[in-house]
Amino acid sequence: MAKRIDVSGLNAYYGSFLAVEDISMTIQPRTVTAFIGPSGCGKSTFLRTLNRMHEVTPGGRVEGKVMLDDENLYGAGIDPVSVRREVGMVFQRPNPFPTMSIYDNVAAGLKLVGNKKKSELDDIVEKSLKGANLWNEVKDRLNKPGSGLSGGQQQRLCIARAIAVEPKVLLMDEPCSALDPISTLAIEDLIGELKERFTIVIVTHNMQQAARVSDRTAFFNLAAVGQPGKLIEIDDTERIFSNPSVQATEDYISGRFG
Amino acid sequence: MSNATLSDKRPSSLRAAHLPKWFSWAVAAGSIALGLGISTVAGLESSIQWALIAGVLFVLATFVITSSVEGRRQAKDRVATSLVWVSFLLAVIPLASLVYETVKRGVKVLDGYFLSHSMGVVATSESGGGIYHAILGTLEQVGLAALISVPVGVLTAIYLVEYGRGKLAKAVTFFVDVMTGIPSIVAGLFILSTWILILGMGPSGFAGAMALTILMLPVVVRSTEEMLKLVPNELREASLALGVPKWRTILKVVLPTAIGGITTGVMLAVARIAGETAPVLLLVWGSNFINANPFSDPQASLPMYIYLQFQQSGGYGAAYDRAWAASLTLIAFIMILNLAARGIARWKAPKSGR
Repeated sequence: MAKRIDVSGLNAYYGSFLAVEDISMTIQPRTVTAFIGPSGCGKSTFLRTLNRMHEVTPGGRVEGKVMLDDENLYGAGIDPVSVRREVGMVFQRPNPFPTMSIYDNVAAGLKLVGNKKKSELDDIVEKSLKGANLWNEVKDRLNKPGSGLSGGQQQRLCIARAIAVEPKVLLMDEPCSALDPISTLAIEDLIGELKERFTIVIVTHNMQQAARVSDRTAFFNLAAVGQPGKLIEIDDTERIFSNPSVQATEDYISGRFG
Repeated sequence: MSNATLSDKRPSSLRAAHLPKWFSWAVAAGSIALGLGISTVAGLESSIQWALIAGVLFVLATFVITSSVEGRRQAKDRVATSLVWVSFLLAVIPLASLVYETVKRGVKVLDGYFLSHSMGVVATSESGGGIYHAILGTLEQVGLAALISVPVGVLTAIYLVEYGRGKLAKAVTFFVDVMTGIPSIVAGLFILSTWILILGMGPSGFAGAMALTILMLPVVVRSTEEMLKLVPNELREASLALGVPKWRTILKVVLPTAIGGITTGVMLAVARIAGETAPVLLLVWGSNFINANPFSDPQASLPMYIYLQFQQSGGYGAAYDRAWAASLTLIAFIMILNLAARGIARWKAPKSGR
């Protein structure tokens, strides 16, 4: 089931460069939290610290605590591989595995880790594709390569792949920025459905999108280029967009800068 | 009305004088004729000088005529195009003539008997005999070399691309670069000094295979490294984000994506060492008899067979024909390997069909 995330005093580095400074926030289960802010303010970096993908980047390093329910993801003895099973991720650009069929793409997470029976796999693949609103479009060509789908379908395939392993949290790094408005709408609808089952965190450059899909919105900013990004405020989406408590948020949202 | 009269009077600025399509062909024909003419008049004996003269004339004439008719920019364009064509032809001529010559001389004795018999009891001056023992030796030596260098090379490349950071990776890269430049005779001498002189082993196909491994390894590492680097990082991240361990990500996502290119690289490396003569000469010694065991006693191999037959023939006779037929076999063998590599690359390439 969905889990709660509690971040406290988190710093993320690239080598010696401090990219994100002192972030603390709580993300409730079964909600959609949107991260907004100008480019380079550390939204994506912070997102990637939530499933320990940040350290995959050479030089990536994290200080601080990220509690998933009552376990610290950065505690001693925590296996990043198991963390990523709990906290799934969808990327900016659709990235289905080019050597695999649609079926294998969805089953990839399960096949590459555990040994599931074929019938079980069939069920999970169908359920995940239905969950990603893609089943009807691909059910007749599950054995065709996933790269033959359109961009929007590929992104939904990636979402199906991510939810097939039943994570507790789903991170989305600008999942619609490479898609057209129709595909974006499909994904946004999907996010609304998925939040019944998962805790969802989404990074977006599109403020309307944040307003449409999220319950809570966090605004990130950086003082200047080369300075670390910081969390300016996090609040209910309605409040952020109607009556934010910090002037910079209002300036950003109303388009006065950024 | 006024517009029409204007455009009638003034040529459009978007339109420019243009030479007809047959222009290049005409210049080419003209310069070949002129090249032939000049070399006959000047009494040049060489059979390629006329072609070089024609090439130079072609480029010059193209430039002069085009710049006077079409302008300088088009002239430069045409000169660049004709330079490309002339260089292409100059590069193809030796290749084509090599293939032509080998096929012409090689088919004389190349038949089923030739491929299935050894030189066992055939004297050099006699006709008959074959290359079965040499084919067998080449296959075994090259096969053994590939068997050693492919796993080691691919694993090294995986280390360099996926894990290697810091000094060790730099050192490995450096030594791979150095290995690329090792002359084959030096690789042969190295194995000779360690395996045969120090350890006291006799000449064998395996000794040759070890020297070939030294030559093949850096090629495999380099090509595999390049192919692994081409795999987009997003795929690795997608797999890691699914909670797949890194080694499985490499095994199930990265390698399958790059397998076509890796296979091509391996095949090209095999083709490269299949023609090596020097280390085989030092370490395998050659034999006129069939020796199917690569681990003891001298063996034959195709390149060495060619060398020995040619050396003993004095430029004519049965041995000379056999040398050419063996050359043709070797070229065919390498070409088949290349074709197979291309086939596999195409078959394994990530599909994009709808």
